Amino acid sequence: MTTPLVELRAVSKYFGSVIALKDVTFDLLPGEVHCLLGDNGAGKSTLIKTLSGVHVPDAGELLVGGRPARFASPKDTLDAGIATVYQDLALVPLMSVARNFFLGREPLKGIWPFQQFDIDQANRTAYRELKDMGIELRSPEQPVGTLSGGERQCLAIARAIHFGAKVLILDEPTSALGVHQASIVLKLIVQSKARGIGVIFISHNVHHAYVVGDRFTILKRGRSMGTQSKKDISRDQLLNLMAGGKELVDLEAEIARLQRAKAGA
Amino acid sequence: MTTDLRDERVRDVSLVKRLLGRPELGAAAGTVLVFAFFAVVAGSSGLFSAKGIINFLEVSAQLGILAAPVALLMIAGEFDLSVGSMIGFAGILIAIPSVFWGWPIWLSLLFCFALCAAIGALNGLIVVRTGLPSFIVTLGSLFMLRGLTLGLTRGISGRTQVSGVRDLAINDPLNSLFSGQVFSGPVAWLSDIGVIAKRADGLPSISGVPVSIIWWIGLTLFCTWLLTRTRFGNWIFAAGGEPNAARNLGVPVARTKITLFAMTALAAALFAAIQVLVTGSADTLRGTQKEFEAIIAVVIGGTLLTGGYGSAIGAMFGALIFGVVQMGIFYTGIDTDWFKLFLGAMMVIAVLFNSYVRSRAMRSR
Repeated sequence: MTTPLVELRAVSKYFGSVIALKDVTFDLLPGEVHCLLGDNGAGKSTLIKTLSGVHVPDAGELLVGGRPARFASPKDTLDAGIATVYQDLALVPLMSVARNFFLGREPLKGIWPFQQFDIDQANRTAYRELKDMGIELRSPEQPVGTLSGGERQCLAIARAIHFGAKVLILDEPTSALGVHQASIVLKLIVQSKARGIGVIFISHNVHHAYVVGDRFTILKRGRSMGTQSKKDISRDQLLNLMAGGKELVDLEAEIARLQRAKAGA
Repeated sequence: MTTDLRDERVRDVSLVKRLLGRPELGAAAGTVLVFAFFAVVAGSSGLFSAKGIINFLEVSAQLGILAAPVALLMIAGEFDLSVGSMIGFAGILIAIPSVFWGWPIWLSLLFCFALCAAIGALNGLIVVRTGLPSFIVTLGSLFMLRGLTLGLTRGISGRTQVSGVRDLAINDPLNSLFSGQVFSGPVAWLSDIGVIAKRADGLPSISGVPVSIIWWIGLTLFCTWLLTRTRFGNWIFAAGGEPNAARNLGVPVARTKITLFAMTALAAALFAAIQVLVTGSADTLRGTQKEFEAIIAVVIGGTLLTGGYGSAIGAMFGALIFGVVQMGIFYTGIDTDWFKLFLGAMMVIAVLFNSYVRSRAMRSR
């Protein structure tokens, strides 16, 4: 059996009297996409932050590569190969793609004190890395502000992979995107998986998740509703498991009742 | 190299369009306009004689020395309103130890530079630690430094002006770094072959290039290199463009900003050193309003007030426009009262133009 890249064992997290997570168990294998589904307030953000070292669990264990781990800072987590791409993407719109790609980790050339940022190398590497992942740029020198939403998301993901991420945590990467833009990002997720990277895909969009996901864990009010493999669950079942399913059925019934009442009046 | 980095979706955009994406464009165009205007209006008045050129370049150089680091600070998203007061304070820091305490000039200069850099860094530290707008923090420094300057000077000398620096400075090893002229050889040669006019007594109309102009050009080149070619430059853009993103990626945003505040203060000290050693005196009112003039030059140069975008070369053009207009109005005999009206209008036009250029740059898909 393969050792999971990261694993949470019966993790709980409390904020004062609020139970954010209760006995949540979760693991991620190399080369799989594990979708984390749940409505707003289900505890998805808390779970991400626990996995990426921002929160320390109040109970339970966090294991990385099979060993108990405790991260002192987000930088520690990065060094362990766990990269989180948050919704704000950590990009600077007015700066070029290559400058953003290497921000904080600029390649240098020359001897101190004449050490320079090796812009040519940055341009070449950023362009090549993005091209390898199927993102064709017009130029690595174009400002990030001129990229589409999907391209920006891909840039942030490609950057994390280039700097050695083995675990990618993607926080709602497709939520703000149109159909075409979302498909670009989903393709990149499949590609990352093919490279042996484990992807935790957080979403409340079952349709996006079902296309790329291998396993699905549903969170509801801080508790895990269990983990299912794709072969064991259909899209509709998944939808029903999420809060949306039942509530949509109720909503439909409600509307139908109202319409009947109106027709009767 | 660049050809294989592009794909087929890139048309060869015209030079004009490419230039529109540069922050300096507005200032460069403005410089051409202003030169053309004064060439017509003041062509015969001597503004563009060797003497006239040196005159306006000297005005530009003084402002430009401030504008280059101020541009970097503004790109990093911060203001320093204490620059003008810092000039007055730095001048006193050079003059009082030399004149009243008998320090050699070079020691006073070192003392002044060290103390100014420390005060600049303190400004920066307060800004990044408290998270208060730098506008407010440095507005406080503006008044505190001016008051300190006045109080100390009057307390020690009994007056508001300290003179007598020139005699002390004549033989100082650092004197020629800040005052005097360079390139007198080439200037004499240009005069001999008739490029530079001679005076009635047969000497060239100018004897050399003031050293402040060399400082201006050197500092602008240094700031440009720092901004566009180094890791620190990348951090400056990021600190002003999206500080949270920069911090999340491990960029030391606070350190970057503090360094730039110290650099700005050092530029004010350099300004003061040149002024004190050229005029031979220090005055408590020196540098008044220079902070605004520097901001105007930087903004004309295409730097965004909100940070994240701009250039040091642009600030150089801004300072050049400032010098040409100031001396041009003087040479043409227009009432100099109109200078400030012109300056303010220039800035507003520049801001409008710059926001247009930036929205173009963002739309250049």
